[in-house]
Amino acid sequence: MEQAASIGSEPRAALGETLLQVRDLRTLFSVRGSFLDRLRGRESGSVKAVDRVSFDLRRGEVLGLVGESGSGKTTLGRTLLGLVDASGGSVKLDGQEITGLGEGAFRPLRRRLQIVFQDPHASLNPAMTIGEAVADPLRIHGITGDREQARTRVAGALERVGLQPASQFMDKYPTDLSGGQKQRAVLARAIILDPDVLIADEPVSMLDMSVRAKILELMIDLKRELDLTYVYITHDLATAKFFCDRIAIMYLGKIVEIGPADEIYADPKHPYTVSLLKAIPEPDPSRAVPRDLPRGEVPDAVTPPLGCSFHPRCPRAFEVCGWESRDLRALLEARWTRMPEAEYRAEREVIGSLEPLDEPAMSAVLEPASGHAPREVLELIHRLRADAPDDPFWKGVAEVRERGGAVAIRFHDGLEPRDVEAGRSRLECHLYDPEALAAAERARNAQRSNDRPSSDRGVAK
Amino acid sequence: MSDAPMQAQQPAAGAESEPVLTVRNLRAWYGTMGDPVRAVDGVSIDLRAGETVGLVGESGCGKSTLGRAIMGLLPDGAAVAGEVRYRGRDLVGLPQRDLRSLRGPDLGLVFQEPMTRLDPLVTIEDHFLETLRAHEPDTDTDEMRRRSLAALAGMGIPPTRFKQYPHEFSGGMRQRIMIALALALNPKVVIADEPTTALDVIVEAQILQILADLRRNFDAALLLITHNLGIVAETCDRVAVMYAGQIVEEGPAREVFTEPAHPYTRELLRSTISLSTTGLHYIPGAPPSLVDPPSACRFHPRCPNAMEVCARKDPIEMTPGAEEGRPREGRVLCWLHGPADEIPPGGERPLERGEIALAEEA
Repeated sequence: MEQAASIGSEPRAALGETLLQVRDLRTLFSVRGSFLDRLRGRESGSVKAVDRVSFDLRRGEVLGLVGESGSGKTTLGRTLLGLVDASGGSVKLDGQEITGLGEGAFRPLRRRLQIVFQDPHASLNPAMTIGEAVADPLRIHGITGDREQARTRVAGALERVGLQPASQFMDKYPTDLSGGQKQRAVLARAIILDPDVLIADEPVSMLDMSVRAKILELMIDLKRELDLTYVYITHDLATAKFFCDRIAIMYLGKIVEIGPADEIYADPKHPYTVSLLKAIPEPDPSRAVPRDLPRGEVPDAVTPPLGCSFHPRCPRAFEVCGWESRDLRALLEARWTRMPEAEYRAEREVIGSLEPLDEPAMSAVLEPASGHAPREVLELIHRLRADAPDDPFWKGVAEVRERGGAVAIRFHDGLEPRDVEAGRSRLECHLYDPEALAAAERARNAQRSNDRPSSDRGVAK
Repeated sequence: MSDAPMQAQQPAAGAESEPVLTVRNLRAWYGTMGDPVRAVDGVSIDLRAGETVGLVGESGCGKSTLGRAIMGLLPDGAAVAGEVRYRGRDLVGLPQRDLRSLRGPDLGLVFQEPMTRLDPLVTIEDHFLETLRAHEPDTDTDEMRRRSLAALAGMGIPPTRFKQYPHEFSGGMRQRIMIALALALNPKVVIADEPTTALDVIVEAQILQILADLRRNFDAALLLITHNLGIVAETCDRVAVMYAGQIVEEGPAREVFTEPAHPYTRELLRSTISLSTTGLHYIPGAPPSLVDPPSACRFHPRCPNAMEVCARKDPIEMTPGAEEGRPREGRVLCWLHGPADEIPPGGERPLERGEIALAEEA
């Protein structure tokens, strides 16, 4: 019946040498502005889909790349395979640099690096029989010309993934197979060249609950029998918990935390990892935990937040996390959303256009609307602070003052998060960086001495 | 299928409010080149005001078809029979024109893909005004605007963004706008079909939290269709589990999840991978085809508890625990719960069957 695969208790094979070494890998996609933008001569931007990512993949391990949509996990997987060109950095397979290779030079390497995509229905050509599809890599790589030999090899691969007897499946078309069977066929095609690394991009998320575990179990068996190394790309921390030896959490193109799976789950450090774990719904009513979710959503990757990309949503953000003008707009809007309409209108009409806030800057200027005085805007800001004094935003504010008929808000200088170690994990978070903590301390001290002589103009207490 | 007494076996409604919408023996099937696909096959369910009911099942079990059949939104070529009673009217067979006037103010619907349901050329404000105007031509524009803003605020959309276009919002915000649009008309029944499936896990949790809050200060009946058991456990009062076109178990969510009565519910819960899962479990075989479903109990070929009777006689709807003399709220469609006098002699023997060939499995 239901077989319990005891992955957890299984002694982990001693991890081998580094198979893939990834350093400072970057993948940029250029974004073309609108037609009007081009007419006006505005520059088109670029999205850092993968932004300075480094990690080692050791032989025999399962590394999970976990993130929400837009985190860059899929692009990272494709970049490793040369399906997308890297814009910088390096990927070494057994010490050999593989970025920047042309298609011709890369092709032989694909025998060693294979991929399984999310959607088994889209991964199989509907006009090819399962036998033809699984044999296709052999043909492409010119490995075996002999029809009989190829058929034997295909049959072996099909049986290995549980499509037994193979003769029954060889001549079937994808439409004759269930979702799980299709994913098995896709796995057969991926292993037929005897690869070293299998990159599995959400291999079970399109499958039904009752069959997911079966495919995961198959992948565990294949790994053991064929000495495979996996990169498991997923948004699902629950399956990753089972499957992975190590987990890399991605957010807006960066690995924000990477460490042994047990440590990530038992002692998550980056506030984003903590939030992701809290957001997973729990079917067992006795285990459901109260939620404390980060606000907002993953921001637009074309104009990511300054400093730490997670700071606008982070419950623990502080002085040096990269506070900026757009955070003020978010704060105002969140307040107004909770207000009765009349009160919102009364507050909104005091301020002129909010649009200047959309341009990312380390300071923000709020002009009063015509007919209103800067003093009113200042009072509004003070009210904002008095109503939610514990919002992390206020830690980022260095100074609020009336200046030139407007209210200027200056934020503390933000820092780019650095790679730091904590426990057995590596992460990019100022909370674990002694230098960032020291910088925040200095910022607080400077603010205190600043506030004293000019408290009447300064930030409300 | 079974024409067993459906209501009779249910606990007396007693203190509970009258259902807003009752579905009785509903069937829906799609014509194909060959035999029809019987996507919904004899479903009965009640929806009460202020209550959230989760409808769970795997893909192809008929749960989306059920939602659409209730709304009268099945495509041409689909046929419906049975009864969907709303305020004394049977919606099955009602002319499209009458149904259209009910959809919105009475029956609200939230779909899965928020990106495709908003007109890219129309501002959020106009989406709301147009919708309200179509159903309540007498309400004045200021009042409409006020109600729209209130509905949006309830979903966490700032009033400053009222005049923006759909593309200026993220996927999660668009889905919240869709929900706000459905709620602005104060519908009595809302059917939400996988409203968060296309969204990221944190945004999903945010929206579910909003839906859970809504239940408290909003008295619509909400039918939440999803394949995610965790979502149901956290947001629903009651849950109905669907398998191969039928509801096999229904009851209070907490009880169904802690003490599932139907083997399918139990196995589905065990195969769900959550953070607290300690071993991989799965159900052998794959969900059946709805063109030619297994005879008698449709789950019998995959059921670890199958008895001989399960392959031969349609199961009868029962109150879980009734056979042991401690009936619980809810109903279950499974011979394990009797009635004993309907089981032919020897019918309780474990079902003999060949191992399910791996080839048959997913």
